[in-house]
Amino acid sequence: MPGVPAVSVEGVGKEFRLPHERAHTLKERALHPFRRPGAERLQALDAVSFAVAQGEFFGIVGRNGSGKSTLLKCLAGIYKVDRGEIRMRGRLSTFIELGVGFNPDLPARDNVLINGIMLGLSPKEALRRFDSIIAFAELEEFVDLKLKNYSSGMQVRLAFSVMSQVDADVLLIDEVLAVGDAAFQQKCFDVFQRLKDEGKTILFVTHDMAAVNRFCDRAVLLERGRVEVIGAPGDVGARYLQRNFDRDGARPEEGDEGRVGDGTAEIAEAWFEVDGARADVLPQGAETTLSVRVRFHAAVTEPAIAFLLENDRHDPLWAISNEDGDAPSGTHAAGDEAVFSVTFRNVFAPGRVHLTPWMVHAGGAPIIDRRPQLASAVVTAVHRSGGLVDLPCVMRYERGIRAPA
Amino acid sequence: MSVANTRAHELGPPIPGPSALGGSARRFAYLAATLAVTEFKLRFFGSALGYLWQLVRPLMLFGVLYLVFTEFVKIGDRVAFYPVVLLANIVLFTFFQEGTGAVGSVVDREGLVRKIHFPRMAIPVSVVLTAGFNLVLNLLVVMAFAVASGVRPRWSWLQAPVLVLLLAALVLGLAMLLSALYVRYRDVKPIWEVALQALFYGTPVIYAVETIGVSKTVQELIMMNPVAAILEQFRHAVIDPAAPTAAAAAGGTLRLLVPLGILVAVCALGYRVFDRAAPHIAEEL
Repeated sequence: MPGVPAVSVEGVGKEFRLPHERAHTLKERALHPFRRPGAERLQALDAVSFAVAQGEFFGIVGRNGSGKSTLLKCLAGIYKVDRGEIRMRGRLSTFIELGVGFNPDLPARDNVLINGIMLGLSPKEALRRFDSIIAFAELEEFVDLKLKNYSSGMQVRLAFSVMSQVDADVLLIDEVLAVGDAAFQQKCFDVFQRLKDEGKTILFVTHDMAAVNRFCDRAVLLERGRVEVIGAPGDVGARYLQRNFDRDGARPEEGDEGRVGDGTAEIAEAWFEVDGARADVLPQGAETTLSVRVRFHAAVTEPAIAFLLENDRHDPLWAISNEDGDAPSGTHAAGDEAVFSVTFRNVFAPGRVHLTPWMVHAGGAPIIDRRPQLASAVVTAVHRSGGLVDLPCVMRYERGIRAPA
Repeated sequence: MSVANTRAHELGPPIPGPSALGGSARRFAYLAATLAVTEFKLRFFGSALGYLWQLVRPLMLFGVLYLVFTEFVKIGDRVAFYPVVLLANIVLFTFFQEGTGAVGSVVDREGLVRKIHFPRMAIPVSVVLTAGFNLVLNLLVVMAFAVASGVRPRWSWLQAPVLVLLLAALVLGLAMLLSALYVRYRDVKPIWEVALQALFYGTPVIYAVETIGVSKTVQELIMMNPVAAILEQFRHAVIDPAAPTAAAAAGGTLRLLVPLGILVAVCALGYRVFDRAAPHIAEEL
């Protein structure tokens, strides 16, 4: 890890008591003074350690319930840690929610000042920055409008603008970017980039691996309150997907509904890639790859591997096998592994797509392994034609010459 | 690179987590003031008279009580400057009521408590501050009314700020205690509402303590209530020098140690309870 540390988290543990039956009233307390309500202990964070260098854009990722929000709250000083230490260099600002303390009945002017003070500015500083905050949000004409008359987009802009004007050396950001349109998100990240260039350290909590890949220098993956891996976003992303896959794979494993095969080889996993990285969001028009990893348990010669892509309504969108192109599989021994992938430009209509990979012996039978809908992803596009695909096309419109009457 | 050999000594001290007062007195003051001002601005949002209600409300209550206790129940006849005394008492008790209304404040501010790091005590303090603004403005009306009713300025008026501060300390102690307890026990609020009613009648607000016909002992018991002691002394020092002092009504200066002791105990207990609860409020909500 390069540079001077700006944040150090050492052996942090946090436990929650989840009472079965909460003694919520004095009466219950009075009637049963000695009965302690039974409680389950939930280890939300366990021996979490990492360090973040000054100027780093550091991602904290994990699935729901992995402890990432608890960690954020500990970092922010909202929760007290039970064990371990968190240290920081300089001033910290937390953005768990945009517009903390915003009040709909007050005009934007008051709200900006209140929010700024909540986020750590002094009233004087807040007043001094007021103009630039409003200018950044592009809301000059609406300064005296009550906040409840703002559109939600305007509110977000205002809130984000306050946040971008708060000086802090370390910024904690919780998925605030989930809101707003693409242009606004870009603006947000431009601000982060600027803050980063100014030497500020940013800790970004998310479950969106695409954002981590795009912006983070490094990331930590949390799993059940423990550090699973710390490293480059690519590695963390791969492990994250694998983790998700493990969990999702666990259910079909019992049923693995519709799975058939003779067991001479198995399909271990299948996934989507966009621009060379695993993805579960597939922007229309991007270079997209379908991949499958297979493991052989016996000698198999020239198996065929195929993909079927379906949408949510089970309409087949595309089927393709290695025999359709120039990718012969050859001879395999037990223990071999192979990855087969198909790359194409994504023309599918927006919506969820499911990938069914299968493998058959040479000649088309019997089936070695077929795992219906093993992986799925979402195609995104700004435009929707209404069909199954949105083919790139050229259009022309020619006005005819009206026949003389 | 393991965390152990990063140059941790260059970093700040370990983050202490949430607490009642936080590290910086300045930030505490900003936050409490901001919350109080916001609350004040919002109080009469949308009403036609706006802030005037803050003045009109105690006056209306005064009107009702005055009518009842001079025309029907005739308590007022036995008290000199009864209208002024009544209004002053109502204004002071309203402050007590508003300030201790902080009972639900911490829970109501959940959005802040769970989302940002700030000294938790800023919340009850801000409620007491808001009530304090109102008190000061209302007291100006009381003083004008007093002078108009023939009360003459005296040096003993200087006791007024001290008495108000004592009352504010009591209110703050209760606000801390109640708001911290309310996070865990939601019955605190209804209990306190009833207690307030009882206190209203248990305190010489609408009557004067020396006019209770029952016995000297009951008078002295009533004067153990710190609110009663403060109100009585206020009446003596500001409105009617002929009225008994708090000490006289309590039956001796030494007896005033009881209300004073209660006041100190409430403040200490309130602070302690709040301080202990503060680090975990975000989790308990």
